[in-house]
Amino acid sequence: MSASSADPRLVAARKPPAKRLELSWSDPRFRAIVFQVLIVGGVALVLWYLISNTAQNLAARRIATGFAFLGRVAGIPIGEHLIPYDPAVNTYGHALIIGVLNTLRVAVVGIVLATIWGTLVGIAKLSRNWLLSRLASVYVEVVRDIPVLLQLLFWYALMQELPAPRQSFHPVEGVYLSNRGIKLPLLNWEAAHWWAFAALILGCLGTWAWSRAATRKQEETGVRPRVWPAGIAMIVGLPLVVWAALGAPFTLDMPQLRGFNFVGGGTVSPEYGALLVGLTLYTAAYIAEIVRSGILAVPNGQWEAGGALGLRRGTVMRKIVLPQSLRVIVPPMTSQYLNLTKNSSLAVAIGFQDLVSISNTTLNQTGQAIEGIAIIMACYLTISLSISLFMNWYNARIALVER
Amino acid sequence: MSTTTVAATGVAHREQPPALVYGPIAWLRANLFNSWLSTAVTLALAYLIVRWAIGFIDWAFINAIWTVPSNANGTLDSTACRDARGVGACWAVIGDKWRFILFGRYPYDAQWRPAICIFLFIGLYAVSAMRRFWRKELLLVWVVTLAVIGLLMWGGVLGMEYVPNDSWGGLPITLILATFGLAFAFPLSIFVALGRRSTMPAVKILCVVYVELIRGVPLISVLFMASVMFPLFMPAGLNPDKLLRAQVAIILFSAAYLAEVVRAGLQALPKGQYEAADAMGLSFWQKTGLIILPQALRLVIPPLVNTFIGFFKDTSLVLIIGIFDLLTSGKVALADPVWQGFSSEVYLFLAVIYFAFCYVMARYSRGVEKYLGRSVRR
Repeated sequence: MSASSADPRLVAARKPPAKRLELSWSDPRFRAIVFQVLIVGGVALVLWYLISNTAQNLAARRIATGFAFLGRVAGIPIGEHLIPYDPAVNTYGHALIIGVLNTLRVAVVGIVLATIWGTLVGIAKLSRNWLLSRLASVYVEVVRDIPVLLQLLFWYALMQELPAPRQSFHPVEGVYLSNRGIKLPLLNWEAAHWWAFAALILGCLGTWAWSRAATRKQEETGVRPRVWPAGIAMIVGLPLVVWAALGAPFTLDMPQLRGFNFVGGGTVSPEYGALLVGLTLYTAAYIAEIVRSGILAVPNGQWEAGGALGLRRGTVMRKIVLPQSLRVIVPPMTSQYLNLTKNSSLAVAIGFQDLVSISNTTLNQTGQAIEGIAIIMACYLTISLSISLFMNWYNARIALVER
Repeated sequence: MSTTTVAATGVAHREQPPALVYGPIAWLRANLFNSWLSTAVTLALAYLIVRWAIGFIDWAFINAIWTVPSNANGTLDSTACRDARGVGACWAVIGDKWRFILFGRYPYDAQWRPAICIFLFIGLYAVSAMRRFWRKELLLVWVVTLAVIGLLMWGGVLGMEYVPNDSWGGLPITLILATFGLAFAFPLSIFVALGRRSTMPAVKILCVVYVELIRGVPLISVLFMASVMFPLFMPAGLNPDKLLRAQVAIILFSAAYLAEVVRAGLQALPKGQYEAADAMGLSFWQKTGLIILPQALRLVIPPLVNTFIGFFKDTSLVLIIGIFDLLTSGKVALADPVWQGFSSEVYLFLAVIYFAFCYVMARYSRGVEKYLGRSVRR
């Protein structure tokens, strides 16, 4: 078989004879070229028509195109900003950067929370406890069949209906729930904490290196040295020792009621809280389904085969089942992460000032509609592409290596 | 062979009394009180569910206010509801506003017309869902039904008063946006999906750019584009109304997502089908229309329905550009000073409507999936 296919005469015989392009309708290549020219020409014509209309309209309305407006003073009051902002001084460009940061703040925290909660619900759905699995199914079913915008409005209304600061709920010392948001105690961050944090990172790196060394040793001798005692010592012990050595500073900045509002502490605003809760609960319902089907996609034989090799259940889960189900889970999970990021744009409906909300205000104030929407689209495309690229890289890393 | 196994296990296990192997007690032991952890989870959950259910029943039924009296100047007096805040629900707001929420600002006396439209839409979905009706004539049914719906909504003939689409609102708008969106986006998506698999590079690039561009941005930005930028694209003087602009945005948005679903179906079809059609000497359009699409589309009915559920929910986003759909009319109803602050009741009412539509569609999609997968399951 292989000998005959290597025969040069047969290879040549299999190839269709190279034909010249004929200028005739019966030549598929000629037809393809004509089609493409027609379609590209049509699209170009439509685009040209729209652009010329736009240019005329802009000239008639005396709107100057361009991004010069980004350098002007914005004057948009923004409640929540991660970087310093003053509406009287800072520019539209600066305001938009705050918008991007706010969007990322919702997206990143939301993705982490939704993944944790969704995984828990997905596992609960597979539980052998009938009540737990039923409850998880009902949660998934109800949350998935109600528009996310309605859910956001509902959570926001609920947050606003909380009592005023003076009558606020006070479940634990230092935590207050009121219509001004959720107040939490903050740790007074000092230099010692930075050192402890650095020690934690060092500990993680050390544990990783130790685990690599253990694997090498296992390959050489067949016996795997214990990793966890050294790991705990490095990850937990090292930061604690550093922290204690620097005097173990620990003071909390407690929120306190003064007059009609709180002083001190950290705040989760009602807008941010409602957005985060709504998006997390909504996306988690989809993630739960993905996790469930991913776990079910691994045949039972894999568990049994792992058991037959004498591996512990946890090891089978970690080394055999999870890597296989991740291959099923990662691609749809990526699209859920993208959905959450895109849905964070619904913040505009409940007054959280994310990228869309600030761009919208900007384009209303300056009349630069095209530029405003172009900025929104460019930012979301960048975020979406980055998430896709990262997840594709991760997917390629865990993909099955075939011959 | 099998009998010996049964005998062997029978010997190995001590005989259990039947009540512990079959029947409700055995079921309870296996599914709720399997281990001490399972028992703890069951008890904790049961406690929480019962507590929550009692609280909800108290709020929604026992302490609820169903009607409120009107005061001297003819408006409703919601004092009773305000006194029951946090204790009982105020269903009087639904009693007063349900027609506004369902039909928006449509003239009160003509509201039977949008009501008929809602039933026509539901009938259309039901007929399209039945496998028995999957024929060419279904297309005709769609065209006729959608035309009748347009006629009923606009009126102006047969003695019906003309209602401009600025005064349409509520559930019919949601259904119109979703259904017309599907009716136009679906054919478009088939072309885009075919284009994306085309061997012609220019066509392929165009389709890829369109799909990825739309899928990379949120629906809101497309809707903003329709409401703010679209008037700039049109020649001066020609300004299509807001609803049409939103409808175009939804069509363009959903076509990109549907195209990916259709493409999945085209890819899932075995290559032999394409080659067999080529071997029969069929042209591209004959091959696509007679061999490929009928099989490929059948394969992707469940994801198509799921995508449609997504659009049905996403039509609520037109709230942000000020179109009077179901969610907007609920929010506007809440702006009435009499009913300000009773958002939970109204949102719950809206949620039930959305849930009813989406749940039925989701159940249907799962049913079809089971039907299509019956050969695999065996």
